[in-house]
Amino acid sequence: MRVRAQMSMLFHLDKCIGCHTCSVACKNLWTDREGAEYMWWNNVETRPGTGYPTGWEDQDHYKGGWHRDDKGRLKLTLHSKAGGLGKLFYNPSLPELDDYYDPFTFKYGDLFDTPRSDHQPTAVPISKITGEQMEIKGGPNWDDDLGGSEIYARNDLSLEGVDDTVRAQMEEIERVVFNYLPRICNHCLNPACVAACPSGAIYKRGEDGVVLVNEDKCRGWRMCVAACPYKKVYYNWGTGKSEKCILCFPRMETGQAPACAHSCVGRIRYMGVLLYDADKIEEVVSRPDDELLDAQMDAILDPYDERVITAAKAAGIDDGWIDSAQQSPVYKFVKEWGMALPLHPEYRTAAMMFYVPPLSPVISTIERNMVDLDIPDERVDFELLDELDKARLPVQYLANLFSVGDQEPIRFALRTMLAVRTYKRRQSVDGTIDASTIEMLASAGLTEERAEDIYKLTTIPTLDDRFVFPPYHREMSIEAMEDVMLHKGAAGFGSLEAPRRGA
Amino acid sequence: MTTNELLFGVFPYVAVALMVVVAVIRWRRHPFSVSSLSSQLLESRQLYWGSIPFHWGISLILTGHLLALIVPRGFELWNGEPLRLYLLEATGLALGLWAAFGIFMLAYRRHTNSRVKAVTSPMDHLIVLIIGAQIVTGIWIAVGYRWGSFWGTSVFVPYVRSILVFDPKPEYVDPLPFVLQTHAFLFWVFLAVFSFSRLVHIITLPLGYLTRPWQKVVRMRETPAVYHPAAEKPLERTQ
Repeated sequence: MRVRAQMSMLFHLDKCIGCHTCSVACKNLWTDREGAEYMWWNNVETRPGTGYPTGWEDQDHYKGGWHRDDKGRLKLTLHSKAGGLGKLFYNPSLPELDDYYDPFTFKYGDLFDTPRSDHQPTAVPISKITGEQMEIKGGPNWDDDLGGSEIYARNDLSLEGVDDTVRAQMEEIERVVFNYLPRICNHCLNPACVAACPSGAIYKRGEDGVVLVNEDKCRGWRMCVAACPYKKVYYNWGTGKSEKCILCFPRMETGQAPACAHSCVGRIRYMGVLLYDADKIEEVVSRPDDELLDAQMDAILDPYDERVITAAKAAGIDDGWIDSAQQSPVYKFVKEWGMALPLHPEYRTAAMMFYVPPLSPVISTIERNMVDLDIPDERVDFELLDELDKARLPVQYLANLFSVGDQEPIRFALRTMLAVRTYKRRQSVDGTIDASTIEMLASAGLTEERAEDIYKLTTIPTLDDRFVFPPYHREMSIEAMEDVMLHKGAAGFGSLEAPRRGA
Repeated sequence: MTTNELLFGVFPYVAVALMVVVAVIRWRRHPFSVSSLSSQLLESRQLYWGSIPFHWGISLILTGHLLALIVPRGFELWNGEPLRLYLLEATGLALGLWAAFGIFMLAYRRHTNSRVKAVTSPMDHLIVLIIGAQIVTGIWIAVGYRWGSFWGTSVFVPYVRSILVFDPKPEYVDPLPFVLQTHAFLFWVFLAVFSFSRLVHIITLPLGYLTRPWQKVVRMRETPAVYHPAAEKPLERTQ
């Protein structure tokens, strides 16, 4: 057992209201620069939809992630090592700017400078790259709230396997349904971007698992952009370097939550340490599709287990981190309660950001008066649990997103949330918990105690409950050995040089 | 000092010195500035028709020139049979035309695509001009001064070798026709601008990729106790 620690984020999709505050916080902090205008390290997609960049899940086109070959061996989908060098001059799998969007602003000056005439002056859109007038054809969330759209929602690849009549219903105006999917870099255990980088510029930090690009070593071969199945590495066209979400490590190192998480209006995001067994990674990501999810969950270790604690200490993980792992809200959702799943485990990168699937659209379908369930009023709460197939957002769709098409983990998570919700409603509205409610809890695999815990962490968590950060001990890290004054006045990232484009 | 001595006896050393010294300084002090500066994100279709022919064509031709410098005897032996000479010359010419097509496409793209224009510097135009002229004179020589792979080993190779062993013999190229002299001189110009331009990306060819493990885990802390074998090594210090 080789224990390593990972800073993981959890997204409680049932709470996401799709306000994009996270995206704006991230944009303001990190990518409000020339060359990075089109990048959204954090973005929020309306699903079903095609996302950003358009159709990023189409790995037949983009060749992202890993796959198992005929003999069951793990292969990087983009290239072999020699093949990768052969494609340095032209990478056929690289997305183009228009797959994201042409970043634009408006010529506001014209509103003031235009000579007097009979017509109102207008501010025409101009490209932030060329400065020329342009026609805006897309944006980072162009399909925002366009549930049921023929162009976007219908082309969502994750709708595969969803019954045709259900799909047709999803496009009817009164049955339109969508949910939000906020995405950042998944800081994977088996990152395809690291594997694809010919220069060896991308690496995973041993201490907290953050995947970073060494900008001094990056030579702009841009293989990482194509190899990342989530399209979360971006090429800065100005500096000629790749950039990606850094999980706000400078904030985490000082005990603050990443900007996206901290600013979250719906308070859907949680962060904490997960301990995992690094020896198992290769085996985990080489499993057949139907075993991938369970294998990844198995690799995440119990921080209370004495053997794990001993091995963690042997691997140099200090008591502060182990303690933090024990308090981790992410561990509770992912392992203890089994409510959270990684996005697209079939990409075999072992993504380490987790999602609690959204519940709200499910329950809205079978509220009384909307759909006739033929259930007596007093039984409605209970029957919901067994009516997941009538959910407005198909379970199969969520399963395609989070569990390689297997509905069972999704059903388990949704039933858990429904059971807790019903239990708390009975408790707060009726004032008593009857035997049938306890029975309902048990049928979802819950005790009263666990239901209370889930309720507390889901509904009324404080900032300290949601974000549990370990002590980073910057005083013991490499900076202690360097002259800090050396970096005074320099740009961030420990670079002595302003990030200017080379000749 | 005659012009010949200045251009072919002194300038080569200035060019090589510039290339090496500036490359080292840039590599050590300004590593961020070293990049291939790809513009594929901004424009992909024309790049396909330009970049692939140009890069493969020019790389193979450069390898041929380098081989002639290292093993001129091998070339002479190979060319002993006319058929093999024609084969080599035809291949070289074809590669030259391929590279010429590529650089034309690249130059056209740089001048017409507005997105690419936005990331084009004067230095980019200069190196396209130098390399373009180099390819054109190369093709001119291949066509107009037949069987360069045959006479080249006794005309250019002694000259380049004289430079390399610090015993410059610029007079070797003095009697040559203008086109041949231009072709030789442009090579030194190419080296002179090498480290000041995006051409530095040539020496960053990431051959280490072939042997490194797929994954890379780096630890921040200096405490030796936490080092784990194999892939986990301490962060390389850049300063």
